[in-house]
Amino acid sequence: MSGAFRLAGRGCIDTTRPVVFRFDGQMVRGYAGDTVASALLAEGRHLMGRSFKYHRPRGPVSAGSDEPNALIGVGEGGRYTPNLRATQVEIYGGMVAVSQNRAPSLRFDIGALNTLAAPLLPAGFYYKTFMWPRGFWDKVYEPLIRRAAGLGRAPTAPDPDHYALHYAHCDVLVAGGGPAGLAAALAAGQAGARVILCDENAECGGSLLTDTYSLIDGLPCGEWVVRIVAELQRLPNVQLLTRCSAFNYGPHNMVALNQRLTDHLAMPPTDMPRERIWQVRAREVVLAAGALERVLVFEGNDRPGIMLASAARTYLHRYGVACGRKAIVVTADDAAYRVALDLAEAGMKVAAIADLRPAPGGPLVEAARARGIEVLPATTIQRAHGHLRVTGAELAPVGADGTVGKGRTVSCDLVLMSGGFTPSLHLHSQARGALRFDDALGVYLPGESIERVRSAGSCRGVFALDDVLRDGVAAGLAAAGGETGPVWTVTRQDAPGTGGFAGVLPRRGPGHLALAFVDFQNDVTAKDVKLAVREGFRSIEHVKRYTTTGMATDQGKGSNVNALAIVSNVLGRRPEEIGLTTYRPPYTPVTFGAFAGHARGDQFDPLRLPPMDAWARAQGAVFEDVGLWRRARYFPRAGEDMAMAVARECRAVRAVAGIFDASTLGKIEVAGPDAAEFMNRFYVNAWTKLGVGKCRYGLVCRDSGFVYDDGVVGRIAADRFHVTTTTGGAAGVLNMMEDYLQTEWPDLDVWLTSITEQWAVIALQGPRARDILAPLVDGLDISAGAMPHMALREGTIGGVPMRLFRVSFTGELGYEINVPSSQAQAVWDRVWQAGAAFGLTPYGTEAMHVLRAEKGYLIVGQETDGTMTPGDVGCSWAVSKVKPDFIGKRALALPALNAPDRLQMVGVLTDDPRLVLEEGMQLVPAADSPMPMSAEGHVTSSYFSPALDRSIAIAMVKGGRGRMGTSLYAPSLDGPAVKVMLVDPVFYDPEGARLNG
Amino acid sequence: MLLIDCPYCGPRAEIEFAYGGEAHIARPAADVSEVEWSAFLYLRDNTKGVLAERWRHSHGCGRFFNALRDTRTDQFHAFYEIGTPRPDMGGAV
Ligand SMILES: [Zn+2]
Repeated sequence: MSGAFRLAGRGCIDTTRPVVFRFDGQMVRGYAGDTVASALLAEGRHLMGRSFKYHRPRGPVSAGSDEPNALIGVGEGGRYTPNLRATQVEIYGGMVAVSQNRAPSLRFDIGALNTLAAPLLPAGFYYKTFMWPRGFWDKVYEPLIRRAAGLGRAPTAPDPDHYALHYAHCDVLVAGGGPAGLAAALAAGQAGARVILCDENAECGGSLLTDTYSLIDGLPCGEWVVRIVAELQRLPNVQLLTRCSAFNYGPHNMVALNQRLTDHLAMPPTDMPRERIWQVRAREVVLAAGALERVLVFEGNDRPGIMLASAARTYLHRYGVACGRKAIVVTADDAAYRVALDLAEAGMKVAAIADLRPAPGGPLVEAARARGIEVLPATTIQRAHGHLRVTGAELAPVGADGTVGKGRTVSCDLVLMSGGFTPSLHLHSQARGALRFDDALGVYLPGESIERVRSAGSCRGVFALDDVLRDGVAAGLAAAGGETGPVWTVTRQDAPGTGGFAGVLPRRGPGHLALAFVDFQNDVTAKDVKLAVREGFRSIEHVKRYTTTGMATDQGKGSNVNALAIVSNVLGRRPEEIGLTTYRPPYTPVTFGAFAGHARGDQFDPLRLPPMDAWARAQGAVFEDVGLWRRARYFPRAGEDMAMAVARECRAVRAVAGIFDASTLGKIEVAGPDAAEFMNRFYVNAWTKLGVGKCRYGLVCRDSGFVYDDGVVGRIAADRFHVTTTTGGAAGVLNMMEDYLQTEWPDLDVWLTSITEQWAVIALQGPRARDILAPLVDGLDISAGAMPHMALREGTIGGVPMRLFRVSFTGELGYEINVPSSQAQAVWDRVWQAGAAFGLTPYGTEAMHVLRAEKGYLIVGQETDGTMTPGDVGCSWAVSKVKPDFIGKRALALPALNAPDRLQMVGVLTDDPRLVLEEGMQLVPAADSPMPMSAEGHVTSSYFSPALDRSIAIAMVKGGRGRMGTSLYAPSLDGPAVKVMLVDPVFYDPEGARLNG
Repeated sequence: MLLIDCPYCGPRAEIEFAYGGEAHIARPAADVSEVEWSAFLYLRDNTKGVLAERWRHSHGCGRFFNALRDTRTDQFHAFYEIGTPRPDMGGAV
């Protein structure tokens, strides 16, 4: 047997399988089945971490997921995970684990000097101390807080593991696999329900795994668990999930589970996810979350070697570990007597049981006395001694009036505490279930819930084992709609404990300097909580935030009830008048990887590729993300940077012709007898007079009067429009169309169909565009006379069906060739080959932006920000004056939307033609106005224009159209303000001669 | 995640739906006063209790429909078609 504190013949670990791992660089020997905590305790080692604020030495308080102290980092590199509870981390050969919050070492820590400064670090310390002087914040306070804050360090390398997400449905979800959960799952499963049972531990059984006293149907509890688990596994309608925590209870019985699949394996299969999130929609939920033993609040209660009584029992029976040689038990509950008896039976010395109750009695107390254990009634623990390990404690008598007399010091290396048991209400409360205070038990219990949920067992205050089993069966049957369930007889058990204690233990003297911890993980003391109340905080939610009690990663599992009791005592109000803080998910911490699941890397977002993506890649294009689309930004030739490539592409379009994949344009077909009427109501423009074979620029406003989207609309037939939208606006416009059609105008007979993916768009733009295209379109006459600007023709191109728009977003003669996406590349190739002789040049989104800016064309979302009217962006001409109604009409008549000082779209030229403004720059009236000053406008688009051989910009300026020729200044972050002149936004070919060529 | 009972498709998870705000807000005629129009645009009841609201099964059938949901509990009391009146829940809600 390895480990001086390992007890032969005890525990469920596999002593034939030794496991060696490293903790803080030292080799530790344990066995398969150990946790890091149990293996270290087996070596007599309680010190496992340092606390958050005071860097106090700390050891494990619990043996499970409620552990506040023994937080460790596990793994290396990208697999390093901080803040894991050593009490839950299962060891495997070669595991590397480290303690946290210590420098340079766990035994000697510089930060522990904070303890000496504890009187200077009271509740609300952060709020008070760092308020002044203001200038200290950035340089001194914030870096200091950042260094001190948090627990373990976050890993910096990418996480090499993968994580899964799984949706599941079931009739009955049972959260918790202790006695109540097992009974409920079996009852529901035998009734035929589809059942999912999850338990956060490696094995089901809960408290039964450490109960060596009770007998069920004559069987020891451990054997009964094995039998029930086997029965559950035989049922095909029951799914058993271990190492699986129910951490979030959402509306409508959607419960999230976090299943840890590989962390306990030395050599995990590479294809297995590390963790899996289950999103379970359950018809009914049974909560069998159990109860957590409460810590006691007394001076020095955080010393290593002081732990919950139930934890010592777990280490003894699960892991065969004696947590010390000589224990003191401090309790207000009978259950700790059973622990003392178990410890004594295992050969450990129990120096005394200090019972806070004046006259403890009953079979357990008598059994302890009979065993020769000294039982001290009406006794408190005044303080614990020791530093890196508890060495003794002063046990002092409590008089009938509550005063504490002089005590005696008892030496020990282990203090076991029990304040009674707090039902775990987290999941019930997350689902917004009500809580009610139970006077008899002195704890909160689950009340009414709007969900289809029921609690069973100790999480609803049912503690005696036979009652728990019956309660579980009843819950399982009720959830499954079953009639009869399994019946077991508990042939031996302890009566449930009575009593319990919450708050600060009675002590002698005021204890101004005493550090009695309420929240171990956040280093919140009883004094902090009292101080908060004295300073005027009354709501428990405010006390929580001010002191940070209950706000650590353990969510106050062990601390909330004590904090509540302290507030209650100071205020002199009953606990139920004060209430509990809201329980929030997750119940236990969940790794970010599990939340990300599959959504990382290439799978973070869908990638939309336009039809000519492969061609663009073959041409060496540089790409940019536009929403979900990946679009070719420019096509650099050897030696070109972006500016050079874009300038060349722009010049080619203006001189010859350019070809551009515009397929990402949103496209919607509006069809039906009332299509024209629908268009009239939807767009600000008038459509009735638009002839078949023609297209028109369309502008969409919201009913607020603000521009929402724009695009060219072609009339294919009297009852059919081919609508285009911006790339980013496609889904929104279709949704808005559906909204008005379905909810405002159900009288209209119109069908809306997204055709974005069906029609690819090849933009062919430039003075030679017609010459390139004419021979390709299978006899269609596209001459200037036959097909003027804003004409639309249907035809074929090399036999491929085509909708040909003569439109331009460049200001040049241009076409947008719409062909089915499946044949787009073939058509593109034909155009490309035909254009070769002319010098046809591919261009990307960057040149497209420059070319449109040279023409002063609006981009919705760049010039507009959701508060611009058509008039603001120079599109009043598009707004029908005669239509009785359209979306936005009424709002556009509001005075505020016609105020003369509204931001208006203008062109902007810098004095220095080489200087390109930053988009987003503010424009102010004077170069040297004192700060703060208010802006007259801002720059929305800014480029270097190859056509003008100078910089150009578009801006939105208050009353801008009336300020042409005047100057403003653009303050710069890294130089003097830039003087600019306001001009017409159409910089190039203002007459539009080229467009109509 | 809510479970939403689309009147056309049956119960589906909330991720399939888009929220559409308060229901039964009639779009006024274009000749109403500024005050009435602004109220239509911006004034909502911000109900604490049972709210009639619009949903669209945007990743399903695409249809808009109305629902009665208690904003305190997220529990739905009814799902009904656009254009039909708000169901009378009696004294229940
Ligand atoms: Zn549907």
